[in-house]
Amino acid sequence: MIWEVPCYAPACMTGLAINAEKLGRRYGRRWALADVTFRVPAGTVLMVSGPNGSGKSTLFRVLATAIRPDLGKVTVLGFDLIREREDVRKAVALLSHHSYLYETLTARENLVVVSQHLGVGTDGVGPLLARVGLGERGDDAVSTFSAGMRKRLSFARVLLQTPRLALLDEPYAQLDPEGFDLVDDVIRELKADGTTVLVATHQLERTSRLADNALRLEGGRLL
Amino acid sequence: MIAALRKELLLQWRSRAQFLAVFVFGASSLLLFSFGIGPNAEVLRQFSAGFLWLGLLLSSTLTLAESFHDEMENRALEGLLLLPSDPRALYYGKAIANWLQLTLLGSALIPVMVVLYDAGTDRIVALLGIVALGAAGLSAPGTLYAAMTAQVRGKQTLLPLLLFPLIVPALLASVKATSLVILGDPMDSLRAWVVLLASFDAIYWALCGLLYGRVIED
Repeated sequence: MIWEVPCYAPACMTGLAINAEKLGRRYGRRWALADVTFRVPAGTVLMVSGPNGSGKSTLFRVLATAIRPDLGKVTVLGFDLIREREDVRKAVALLSHHSYLYETLTARENLVVVSQHLGVGTDGVGPLLARVGLGERGDDAVSTFSAGMRKRLSFARVLLQTPRLALLDEPYAQLDPEGFDLVDDVIRELKADGTTVLVATHQLERTSRLADNALRLEGGRLL
Repeated sequence: MIAALRKELLLQWRSRAQFLAVFVFGASSLLLFSFGIGPNAEVLRQFSAGFLWLGLLLSSTLTLAESFHDEMENRALEGLLLLPSDPRALYYGKAIANWLQLTLLGSALIPVMVVLYDAGTDRIVALLGIVALGAAGLSAPGTLYAAMTAQVRGKQTLLPLLLFPLIVPALLASVKATSLVILGDPMDSLRAWVVLLASFDAIYWALCGLLYGRVIED
């Protein structure tokens, strides 16, 4: 059975952001994802829920091409996940459990490194730091940051990529109430720009107000 | 590649205290080796090139393994790959930075060798050139193997086990060339050893750059 998110927004008319068929990924003998089939229209916000260890992070890491699927066929924004990995990576940004930050560099230097690897100018780094509430701590080393501040900086890293598909894995974790509002605002802005957003979260009530639809995983399978 | 190199040099600058510690380790190794030979100045001078390269080799395992510490701490390397960044550019950025660090370390160990082994030479430019070429032979495969072992337990043991057999030809050429510069070159064979060393460097740098993507990707 194909699990399809219904959507009537104009952005949905542009096609599918994700088309996953019988996706499977295992760690050793244990299948973290099994027979996962779903489609997500472009420009929508999808909430992905499920208990700890249900496969949410694995699903996001597969979609971001951080790990390869063992089974199934997946296209992301029309690109094959295996054969056209570089094209997928250019269009996708992942907010992971791992911050992807260099501890010994400052917040600003971390974003400059990303800008230089993306080949974009570094002019946007300052405003972006201010946008995530780190304007005054931009020249401090990441090693001095709290968990919430690291999460904010990781968010800035995602925004710097200007993705067409944003995969936000537990975006509210470790954040204060102001941070929660920041995440909500960013998700709304991304959606307004036509970006497809997948949010893996335990904040079901909050995220359901932003999401066009929801998907639930348990034991690596879709419910 | 420029972006990757800039990032590597910035990371190295932030951990410059580590460089000092590695230098002290290398200098201590040279001192301990000299104890093994005894006070015979002629024998000390004869073995000076070999001990210089052994000191640099042992020190290199520390710097090479350390060069991936920041990359693995928050999976920063994975973050760069997903941007996307070309794995070859990431490799050459890190390998060049490691080469610069090892060349600097080798150059800093030369005065220690001269003092401990009475191994002075007036061909200092040739000696520095050989140190640079030899360091290139260590850093290219060293960066690849450091990436391979960065995520496994016992990496400090595994890295030398994998690296040392592979770099024997480059190490041998480096020792011979250094020895000829210090002790004299009556048979005019220095050029042959330098060409051999440069050839190994070219092979290592080309092959390791190609293999790096396969090593660091899932």
